[in-house]
Amino acid sequence: MNVSVVLIEALESLNSNKMRSGLTVLGIVIGVAAVIAMLAVGNGATASITGSINQVGTNLLFVFSGARNNPDVKNPRPVTLADANALLDQYAAPHIQAVAPVLQGSGIADFGGQTKSTTIVGVTPSYQPVRNISLLEGNFITDAQNLGRASVTVIGVDVADKLFGHRDGLIGETIRISNQPFRVVGVLSPQGGSSFGSEDNEVIVPLTTAQARLLKSRGLDNLDVIYIQAVDFQSVTAASDEISQILRTRHRTPIGQDDFTVFTQESILSTVQTVTGVLTIFLGGIAAISLLVGGIGIMNIMLVSVTERTREIGLRKALGARKRDILVQFLAESSLLSLIGGIIGIMFGWLIAFVVGRIAVATGNNFTPIVGIDSILLATIFSATVGLFFGIYPANRAASLEPVEALRYE
Amino acid sequence: MDWVVEAQDLVKIYKMGEVEVQALRGASLKITRGEVVAIMGPSGSGKTTLMNILGCLDRPTSGEYVLDGEPVARLNDDQLANIRNHKVGFVFQSFNLLSRQSALSNVELPLRYAGLVDGKRRERAKAALEAVGLGDRLTHRPMELSGGQQQRVAVARAIVNEPAIIMADEPTGNLDSKVGKEIMTLLLNLNKERGTTLIIITHDPTIGEQAQRIIRIRDGVVEDGSKGNL
Repeated sequence: MNVSVVLIEALESLNSNKMRSGLTVLGIVIGVAAVIAMLAVGNGATASITGSINQVGTNLLFVFSGARNNPDVKNPRPVTLADANALLDQYAAPHIQAVAPVLQGSGIADFGGQTKSTTIVGVTPSYQPVRNISLLEGNFITDAQNLGRASVTVIGVDVADKLFGHRDGLIGETIRISNQPFRVVGVLSPQGGSSFGSEDNEVIVPLTTAQARLLKSRGLDNLDVIYIQAVDFQSVTAASDEISQILRTRHRTPIGQDDFTVFTQESILSTVQTVTGVLTIFLGGIAAISLLVGGIGIMNIMLVSVTERTREIGLRKALGARKRDILVQFLAESSLLSLIGGIIGIMFGWLIAFVVGRIAVATGNNFTPIVGIDSILLATIFSATVGLFFGIYPANRAASLEPVEALRYE
Repeated sequence: MDWVVEAQDLVKIYKMGEVEVQALRGASLKITRGEVVAIMGPSGSGKTTLMNILGCLDRPTSGEYVLDGEPVARLNDDQLANIRNHKVGFVFQSFNLLSRQSALSNVELPLRYAGLVDGKRRERAKAALEAVGLGDRLTHRPMELSGGQQQRVAVARAIVNEPAIIMADEPTGNLDSKVGKEIMTLLLNLNKERGTTLIIITHDPTIGEQAQRIIRIRDGVVEDGSKGNL
């Protein structure tokens, strides 16, 4: 029997019981569509998060106080302004281009009766190049303002919107931050939501001003984070080593017990990718279970079909069908069921991913589900395997029927 | 003599759990090529078992069976399937046609398993249907045909591969007497024209009379088959 005859006969047989075939196919459709859609959402999430991290700049490093992965380290020393200045040593740290010490805390900004709870960020002028900050209008904080503990601020657009209702012409206005007057010297360009929280809801002030007047409770010279810009992307690892070296000496930490953490974009990227990867596998796994259930549906229907057609199988054997012919006939039917289900499922899953993407765009999230060739291949291979695997038992049962018994079956 | 069926001391034992049932206890018979033979006997006599073994649907527990020159008693399942395909044509009491397929496809079925190419298959199936007088019913499905026509399709299917023997198991059992007679006439004509050996299993004495020889089976033993009397 050649392939086309087998396929046509299998199609005829499936066609003769449309309702049953349709419902069986539906099981596979749902399974495959779920796998495709879930993988697309997972991949889209990974791409979106990775993209927003890359936007921040890939030659950026962060230094925090405290050891993330070492519970042995007790009472970590804070990172200080002196630490930050030490990192500027061109001989000890040739791969560091710029250092931006940051003090951060929450506070309330108000103007003309409007209030906004916001993040106060105390920075030096180097913060602008390091964080790649652009302004809608005005200027960033200058060295002179920082040295003079000036009461000036650069505000984010969320703050501007809330306090003034507009984003331009704000230079020279005076707002109050934690009840102290500050003159607005610049407005930040809108950043949009990022994985580090909204950078639009910030008021940036000189570091010295923050230390002396806004965030006094931190203790002299202590910082929340130091942003460091490496010379270029290739020197991030070298810069990270240099930072560790310098801080170890300064903090006099025992070997292997660093009381600070150096974060690179790369390490954040790989962490995020691990997390989203696990998420994708998890979602895909749940979806795969429904594919498995669909497969069991195929097996169930094929077993019913074998029982129903026992006489037919007996007749075919009497007319000269070998074991293999019967096996192929039933395997063709189960594979066709899962193949048709797979094809419809891929299209359906694609549609779901597309709709999810549209909803994301409509709700203002920058998120596009990605239907990859790999997930299509995966779903196709998986569903075909499901069809074959769950078809083998019923087909084998049909093929090994004794012709005499099968012909006598009522 | 040109024997088409030579069976010697056929024994068939079925195991029903603990109990062994001896359906055939050393049945021997010979049938010459072109003969019309009726196998008769009361139910439970081993008639069906004998038919199954002669039709290569089953193997004897012991004994020898040579069909059309080939010893078949010890063949495996696939070899038996091949023998059935080429040497035996079956006609059943309940027609056993595939309801989803046309008369032509039904007749083509044995040729498919014989591995014939599309065109040749169609040609021979058509010729077989014409031979049974259904040349104008090729695309009809079994449901659209009368009982007699359905049995004609089954006969066409039995002869399409030019077998050595046709095994007809109560071929008129589901038909009224007039249509039954027509089917018998058709089978006998095919025997005359083509020389195909015809073995009819029946307990209808009027059909037995139309055979050249009656083989009686009782309690698993053939009573007068080996004598070859007409």
